[in-house]
Amino acid sequence: MSAVRTKRSFADFVGPLAVFGVFIGVWYLAAYKFVAHNFAPNGSIILVPPPHRVLESMGDQWPKIMEATWLTARTALLGLGITIVLGVWTAIVMSQARWLEKAFYPYLVALQATPILALTPLIANILGANFRSRVVVVILISIFPIVANTLFGLNSVESNQHDLMTLAGVSRWTRLVKLQFPAAMPPIFTGLEIAAGLSVIGAIVGDFFFQRGDVGLGYRIQKYYKELKPGQMFVSSFMAIMLGIVVFLTFKTLSRRVIGHWHANTFKP
Amino acid sequence: MPAAGDATTRLSFTDISMTFPDGTEALSRISFAVHAGEFVTVVGPSGCGKSTLLRIASGLTPQTDGEVDIDRSSIGYVFQDATLLQWRNVQRNVELLAELHGIRKAERKALAAEAIELVGLVGHEQKYPRQLSGGMRMRASLARSLVLKPKVFLFDEPFGALDEITRERLNDELLELFQLEGFAALFITHSIYEAVFLSTRVLVMSARPGQIVAEFVVPFAYPRAHDLRFDPAFAELTGRVSHALREAHV
Repeated sequence: MSAVRTKRSFADFVGPLAVFGVFIGVWYLAAYKFVAHNFAPNGSIILVPPPHRVLESMGDQWPKIMEATWLTARTALLGLGITIVLGVWTAIVMSQARWLEKAFYPYLVALQATPILALTPLIANILGANFRSRVVVVILISIFPIVANTLFGLNSVESNQHDLMTLAGVSRWTRLVKLQFPAAMPPIFTGLEIAAGLSVIGAIVGDFFFQRGDVGLGYRIQKYYKELKPGQMFVSSFMAIMLGIVVFLTFKTLSRRVIGHWHANTFKP
Repeated sequence: MPAAGDATTRLSFTDISMTFPDGTEALSRISFAVHAGEFVTVVGPSGCGKSTLLRIASGLTPQTDGEVDIDRSSIGYVFQDATLLQWRNVQRNVELLAELHGIRKAERKALAAEAIELVGLVGHEQKYPRQLSGGMRMRASLARSLVLKPKVFLFDEPFGALDEITRERLNDELLELFQLEGFAALFITHSIYEAVFLSTRVLVMSARPGQIVAEFVVPFAYPRAHDLRFDPAFAELTGRVSHALREAHV
């Protein structure tokens, strides 16, 4: 429905660019004014390198950071894929009976609030401090918004639409497939957009705790931190941010493609 | 009132009472029947239990007491709002009930096309509900029910949310469908004019607990012209219905 798509306007770019400008400005101020003793007498940076010094300091670290970005992306995406399947099915099961929802929901909230650190010995013991454990951390961190949004969507079908299905004498499965699931698509996509960023955070947290095998950006950040290389640490973090944004935008675009033609809110000007 | 079980009886209520779990008494000993070729309307103010009557007829809500006789395999139910599925275009919305009844794709497409033509939505098949006006949505909703060619139609204030002009136009169109398709209709509304214009009989329902307190046979022959609404005989009859309604709700 190209007719209803809002046109990209000047304002779409000016706002984000202005904020970016302010951000760079604050960064320079922080580097030269706010942070005391930021530069050692020999000119080396202690805490916050200004933007141009970050780029200068990169040297031979680019390939390593790019590789780590790829490894983090792999962990985040695999974890997110599993999370989507697991989360949507959990919500579907919970939507089938009020008592199931009541039985499981408190534990989902609890899971959301559990410090991952407390679970690391357990995970490491069962799976080893490796890739699998990093994927598990991604799942633990990103599953809640998927379950919560899917469940909200499945439960928010209008009562008249349910009556329509009841009158047609349909099975639970048909009701789910033809009514509840399509109706839940907009909140499911909202859940995916939230989970996108969380999956990258999960992959990085996983790197902190489980460092066997090919470790990603989390390991880089930790290493550069220990080596007092704030510039390289910043760039690694920046790559993680970019990764989160790319996954988010992918879901945003997918959402427009899949539900944009019928769901009005997807096209708010 | 005619006895239930008559061959031409499409729907009959015998001593229907309804008390909700919270103790609200919605309906009290309601008995009447709708026969083939009849268009019966129940008028009453909001909250008198009119809609509950339709829910009982369709089996959506079981009554506390009394008997309903109806062939539930052949009901068309038209809700207060159009109840279209937002993610389906008009064509696929109209096909929905046929699809749920397992009718093959080619056949339900043809049935839907026919129904879309009947309600005058040709050319709008590919539009989504949010692109339609309220009146067009209601037409699509009607078409969806028409596809299965039900013997009885239950209308739950379907035009209540529409503006006056659209409502009158849809009333005219509904009567054309009534004559063409030959279904029996039980219609719920709070508009006396709509009730008299559409019906062969008008029943007046009292406030809670709802009871049928008056019955008016509408003598005007079909097809009914739009201008029947300005006929003195029409005004006289709506006056009497209005009177009965007010008496029941002092």
